[in-house]
Amino acid sequence: MSTKMNFSSKLYLGLVYFFLYAPIIVLVIFSFNASSSTSVISGFSFKWYSELFNDADTMNAIKNTLLIAIVSSVFATVLGTAAAVGIDRIKSKYVRSAIMNTTNIPMMNPEIVTGISLLLLFVFGAKLMGMKSVLGLQTLIIAHITFVLPYVILSVLPKLRQMDRHLSEAAMDLGCTPVKSFFKVVLPSIMPGILTGFIMAFTLSLDDFVISYFVSGPEWQTLPIRLFSMTKKRVKPDMYALSTLIFFAILVLLMLINFMQARGEKKKEKDR
Amino acid sequence: MQKKTLSAKLLASPHIVWSVLFIIAPLIMVAYYSFTNADGNFTLENIKALSDYKEVFLNSIWYGILATIICLVVAYPTAYFIARSKLRVQSTMIMLVMLPMWTSLLVRTYSIMSLIENTGIINTFLEKIGIGPLQMINTPGAVVLGMVYDFLPFMILPIYSVLTKLDNKLVEAAHDLGASKVTVLAKVILPLSRSGILSGITMVFVPSVSTFYISQKLGGGNFALVGEVIEGQFVTSNNFNLGAALSLVLMVLILICMAIMNHFSGDEEESGGGLMP
Repeated sequence: MSTKMNFSSKLYLGLVYFFLYAPIIVLVIFSFNASSSTSVISGFSFKWYSELFNDADTMNAIKNTLLIAIVSSVFATVLGTAAAVGIDRIKSKYVRSAIMNTTNIPMMNPEIVTGISLLLLFVFGAKLMGMKSVLGLQTLIIAHITFVLPYVILSVLPKLRQMDRHLSEAAMDLGCTPVKSFFKVVLPSIMPGILTGFIMAFTLSLDDFVISYFVSGPEWQTLPIRLFSMTKKRVKPDMYALSTLIFFAILVLLMLINFMQARGEKKKEKDR
Repeated sequence: MQKKTLSAKLLASPHIVWSVLFIIAPLIMVAYYSFTNADGNFTLENIKALSDYKEVFLNSIWYGILATIICLVVAYPTAYFIARSKLRVQSTMIMLVMLPMWTSLLVRTYSIMSLIENTGIINTFLEKIGIGPLQMINTPGAVVLGMVYDFLPFMILPIYSVLTKLDNKLVEAAHDLGASKVTVLAKVILPLSRSGILSGITMVFVPSVSTFYISQKLGGGNFALVGEVIEGQFVTSNNFNLGAALSLVLMVLILICMAIMNHFSGDEEESGGGLMP
């Protein structure tokens, strides 16, 4: 339904984009401020960034965040891809929708409920096993795998539906074992979905605050948790610097997803 | 052949085990903690204590509804204009809507906070021209503004994705049959974009009602929303049982709100665009 836009609709869109971006741009600009003021610019400097990189807590949090994001997104991608292949083969409509509805619960539920429900499970489990606390790296990874799983499954499933079933059957008729036909035929054709799912899982894990906040325990800080605790005191530009870094990290990842999808679509057109 | 499909189905089993352990079991835990005390004995104390929080719940729902309505009013024309613009520009404009959506909500809440602070850039400016400073942060308005700012893209995107799929011939047909612009919008375009509006409402309302950092950072703890109260029970008061009961009610309330909305929206089941880029 594309037609020419008139002036007032352009103005309206301009205002909405201004509203969406002005606060972020102000934050980015002030992260380079030479003084600690968050309202008056007194010169350009990387002071807050160097302060950030010299801060042991922040560096530790960056390390933790990356570790958790890598481990949980790899694990979720393997688990989710296997699940999607399995779900795709299930004929019964009821079984399939029961599995899918359960899978989608973490996407539908308020994040805070997902966070505290996992916390309660971990606390209860620790009590059963007679341990004082289980909260830490392991619970963070379990929680992250749980909430990114639906995104992996939902990116892989459509690719399986689009795939020509006869291809894998043909491969087997020509003497491939089922396992070999899976790796040689099925896996390559669903690869774009798996990659999208993986990057999405990685991004969501990197970005998560609410769920991590509840299951992290006192010793393990991720970057968003570090960011949250920084503002308990006075707002200082080092927090702006950290926000800017997170913003650009997500920007790069998002562009990567977009690029891969565009490439996938182009390839599809060529194949036609 | 039979054996092959069986083993393929088994690939879903690790995921099923995982879902039972870490999706179903945690929800059962919420119910379990709601009806027990610190020693693990059955009690209705937590449920009785909920009556003290009636105002908190009503406040949260009220703010959530307000933020959702503002988002809808702002987002619908935005999505409509984007869908009507040239195809080449469209993808860039949608990318620009998605970018803030994927940026940490924490970062975005802070960016609003830094703007409207008492010593923030707006108040510094207002002071210079002799109007201010105005008290903006720590007011209910600031909390609603934060919700709208954080969740607006979640409303634009699903509406946009139904509007692009809308068959332009229907609009032309209505015009040919003599309908005015307003009639076409009310009788053709709006009803056809219902599914997108509904997913947008869900995606704004649920996080708005349950947020805790927006009200904490922008409301300054002057008036509690339910998310903040739950967070307090778990992080500061260490009363997990009351916190669980509050979460249980929050979950049920959101389910009821969704059910009411779906009831009024008829029986259509198709979903209109999601989070996926």
